[in-house]
Amino acid sequence: MTTTIESPDLIEPEEPGGPGAHGHAEGDHEAAHEHHGPHGILNWLTSTDHKVIGKSYMITALVTFFISGVMALVIRAQLADPTSSLVNFQTYNELFTMHGSLMLYLFAGPFAFGGLANYIVPLQVGAPDMAYPRLNALSYWLYLGGASMMTLSFVVAGGAASFGWVAYAPLSNSINSPGTGTDLWLLSLGLTGFSAIFTGVNLVATIFYLRAPGMTMFRVPIFSWNMLVTGILILIAFPVLFGAVVMLFCDRHFGTHIYSVQGGGVPVLWQHLFWFFGHPEVYILALPYFGIVTDIIPVFSRKPLFGYRGMVFATLSIAALSTGVWAHHMFTTGVVLLPFFSLLSYLIAIPTGIKFFNWIGTMWGGQLSFQTPMLFSMGFLFAFLMGGVTGVLLASPPVDFMTHDTYFVVAHFHQVLIGTTVFAGFAGFYFWYPKMFGRMLSERLGKLHFWFLFIGFWVTFVPQYLVGLKGMPRRVADYLSSNGWTGLNQLSTVGAFVIGFSFLFFFANLIQSWRKPVPAGDNPWDGGALEWFTSSPPPHHNFTHLPPIRSERPTWDYNHPEHRKDESHGDKRHREHDQKKETVGANS
Amino acid sequence: MIAFTNGSPTPLPDRDRTSADTPEAPAAGRRWKRWAAGLAVAAPLVLGGCNFYPSYGASRGATTQGQDTFKLYSGMMTTGIIIGGFVGLLILFTVLRYRRRSDEMPKQFHESIPIEILYTGIPVLVVAALFLFTVITENKVDATVPLAAKITATGNPVVDVKVTAFQWGWRFDYPNDNVSVSGEVTNGPQNHGPQMVLPYGQTVQVTLVSNDVIHGFYVRDFNFSRYALPGVVNTFDLNIINPGFYPGQCTQICGLYHSEMLFSVRAVSPAQYRTWLQGEVATGHTIKRVPEPAANTPPPYDHVTTSNALAAPASKKGSL
Repeated sequence: MTTTIESPDLIEPEEPGGPGAHGHAEGDHEAAHEHHGPHGILNWLTSTDHKVIGKSYMITALVTFFISGVMALVIRAQLADPTSSLVNFQTYNELFTMHGSLMLYLFAGPFAFGGLANYIVPLQVGAPDMAYPRLNALSYWLYLGGASMMTLSFVVAGGAASFGWVAYAPLSNSINSPGTGTDLWLLSLGLTGFSAIFTGVNLVATIFYLRAPGMTMFRVPIFSWNMLVTGILILIAFPVLFGAVVMLFCDRHFGTHIYSVQGGGVPVLWQHLFWFFGHPEVYILALPYFGIVTDIIPVFSRKPLFGYRGMVFATLSIAALSTGVWAHHMFTTGVVLLPFFSLLSYLIAIPTGIKFFNWIGTMWGGQLSFQTPMLFSMGFLFAFLMGGVTGVLLASPPVDFMTHDTYFVVAHFHQVLIGTTVFAGFAGFYFWYPKMFGRMLSERLGKLHFWFLFIGFWVTFVPQYLVGLKGMPRRVADYLSSNGWTGLNQLSTVGAFVIGFSFLFFFANLIQSWRKPVPAGDNPWDGGALEWFTSSPPPHHNFTHLPPIRSERPTWDYNHPEHRKDESHGDKRHREHDQKKETVGANS
Repeated sequence: MIAFTNGSPTPLPDRDRTSADTPEAPAAGRRWKRWAAGLAVAAPLVLGGCNFYPSYGASRGATTQGQDTFKLYSGMMTTGIIIGGFVGLLILFTVLRYRRRSDEMPKQFHESIPIEILYTGIPVLVVAALFLFTVITENKVDATVPLAAKITATGNPVVDVKVTAFQWGWRFDYPNDNVSVSGEVTNGPQNHGPQMVLPYGQTVQVTLVSNDVIHGFYVRDFNFSRYALPGVVNTFDLNIINPGFYPGQCTQICGLYHSEMLFSVRAVSPAQYRTWLQGEVATGHTIKRVPEPAANTPPPYDHVTTSNALAAPASKKGSL
C-alpha cells in the first residue's frame, strides 16, 4: 500500500485500527494509554492492544519455559546415576513428554510469534496495531487456556501424557494411554493450535496490508519478513496437526480405527500427519529467531544487513522446502521413499548456509560492539552452526539409521532449538526490553547470564552427542552401568545445572531494572527499524509521526542522513518514485 | 532392576563389548596418530575412498552394512568438521578483527552479487556430493537377498530370523530350525535381556514385526536401527563379520518399561551356531512351545500375507 507521500520528511500515519488516536504528544504516552480503556487488571483483561497482548504472551511463555526447564533438571538429575530412582518410570515418562510439549508447543512458538512478533511487527511496519486486534486477544486467551490445561494435566488421575511429545500411535490410543492426561494434552494442542492459526492470519494480514506509506515489501525488516513467512507456514502446518489430533481423539473416544491396525487403520498415518505439521513447525520455531538475529547483528555492527534480498529468498526457500521433508523423521520406519526426503533435507542446508554467510558479511568491516543482545546472537551462531552441521548428517538415511532415537539426535535438536529459542530468543528479549518497558537491563548481569548459559550449554550437549554415538537411546530412565555412559551423562547433568544457574542472573536483572530503573530513551542501540523511531514504550497507537521510509532501516536513515545510500532496497521503479516525490516535497 | 524369563538356557559368556567394538581397530594411540596424520590429508581424498576413516566416537561397524554406514558417517563428519570449522573460524575472525575500536562510521556496503553467488554455488556442489555418497551407501545397507533363493551368491545359506517386539520384550524365532528364544521384562537384577544367537560370515535376514505399539530394533555396533511397526513387516540383512557380543535395545518410546527393553546379539561360528540350535531344540525352546506374550491378541501382522512379503524380490526400498 504505497500511497502518495505528501511530505518526504515526517508523515502522519494512517491509523485504520483506531480513530481518534492522533495527536498524542510524545512523552505523554502513559497518560494517553490510560485514557483508552479501563485501568489496572481490567485493562489487561480487556485489552486488544498488540503491545499488551504481546507482553502477556511473553510472560506466559516464559513461565512455561521455566517450568519445563525445571523438568529438564529433574530428568538430568535422574540420568546422572545409571540406576537412579529419583523418579519412577511413569513419572519419568511424563516428565520428558511434558518437557518437550511445554517447550515446543507452549514456549518456543508462542514466545516468538505470539510474544515478540505481536509486539514488534506492527512497530516495524509502521502500523498502529495488528490487523485484527480482537482476534489477537482471542489468540492469547485460547493459548492461555491451552497452556494451563497442558501444564495442569499432571494433577489428574493417571498423570500427564507419557508417550513423548510426538505421541506416536498406537501408544497414544485409549488402550495404551487411557488417562485423562492424554485427552487434556490433545485438547490443549487443539486450543493452542487455533491460537497459532489466528496469530498467523493476523501476522500475514498486518504485514501485507498495514505497512506504512513508503514501506515496500523489500523495505520490510527481516524480522517482520520472517514473521510473514512464519505466518504462512503456520497456516500450512497447524490445520494438519488439528486434523490429526481430532482423528486421534475420535480413535480414543468414538470407536474409530484411523490409527489402529485391528480396525484396518494405519498407525504410520499419525507419523505422516504429525511430521507434515512437525517439520514446518521446526521452521515456525526457527524463522522468527533467525529474524531476531538478522535484526540485531546490523545494529551492533553499525552497518546495513549484507544480502537483504538473499536473506528473503533464503527464508522463502527454507519455508518451501520445509513442507517436503517431513519423512526424514521416519527414515527408520522402512516405509518411506528415502532418496526423495533425503535430497530435500540436504537442500535446506543451502539457504541456511546463505544466512550464515550473510550474517558474517554483515559483521565484515563493521564496528562490532558486544552488548548483551549481540553476545547472545553470537551464542546463537555457534550453537546453530554445530546443530546445523549435525543436521546435515542426519539428512542421510544410513547415518540416521545409526543414530536415530539416540542421544546424538537429542543433542542435535537441542543445539538447534536452544540455539534459536534461547540464545536468539533472549537476544531479542535483551534487545527489545528497553523498547517495551522504557528501561535498560544491566549489561553486567546480562553478560554473566550469557557466559554461564553459553558454557553450560556446550558442557550439556557435546557429551550427549558422544553418549549417543556410544548407543544410548533417548527417553530411557536408567541404563546399565557396564555401558560406559555414566561419565558423559554426569558431565551433561553438570552442564544442565550451570544453564539453570545462569537464569538466576536473568531474574536478578529483571528485579534490578524494576527497583532501580535506568531510562532507556527512544533508541538506546542506534537501531535502524521503525520501532526505534517511536518512544519507549510506544504510545497507544504506536506513532505520532513517521520518518520517510527509503530502506529497511528508516530510523537509521533519519538519524544518519550523511550516510544514507541512494540505492535503497526498493526496486528501481520505487526509487524513482521516491526521488520524484522528494524533489516535489523539497520544492513545495 | 530387570531379569528376563525364559531366556537361553546356555547363555554364552559376555565378552567386553570394546573387544567386539572394532575387531580390526588399531590401539588407541595408533588410532590417534592416524587421526592426526589424516588431518593433513585433504577432504576430497577422504571422501574419494582413501582408506582412512576417523571414528569420531562411532562404532566402526560389526556388520558389512554397519561398516558401509560407518564410512559414510566418517566421511560426512570430516566434511562437516572442515566446513563447520571454516565457518566457525570465519565468525571468530570477524568478531575479533572488527571489534569496535572507534566511533568512525564503517563503510555502508550491503551486497556483493558475485560473493553471494559463490556461497550459494559451493554448498550446492557439496550437497550434491554428499547426496551421491548417501545414495550409494543407502543402496548397500538397504539391499536384501531374496529369501526364496535361500543361497547367497557366495554359496552360504541365508539364516532367517523373525524378531517380534512386544511390550516389553523380544522374541527371536528361527522358523527353519523350529527354535524360539524370548525374554520379558520383570523385576530383578539388570542384565542384557534375551539373546539372539547368530552365525558370523553368513547373511542373516531379519524379519521385524511388532505385536502392539511401535518399537525400535537397534544394535549400536551394527550402526543400524529399524522400527518394529504394527501392521508392517520390515526386512533387512545383517552380515556379521566377527564373533562377539553386541548389546541392543529398544529405541522408540513404547510405554512404561521402555528403558528396560534390552536384548543382545551373540555372533558365533556357523558350526557353533548349529550346535546351539540343536541344544535349544533338545531343551524344548521350539516355536510352538513358547507361549504368546499376554498382550498378543490377534497378531497384527496377520493382516499382511507373510508368504508374499517374504517371497518378494530383492527389495531395495528407496533406491534410485
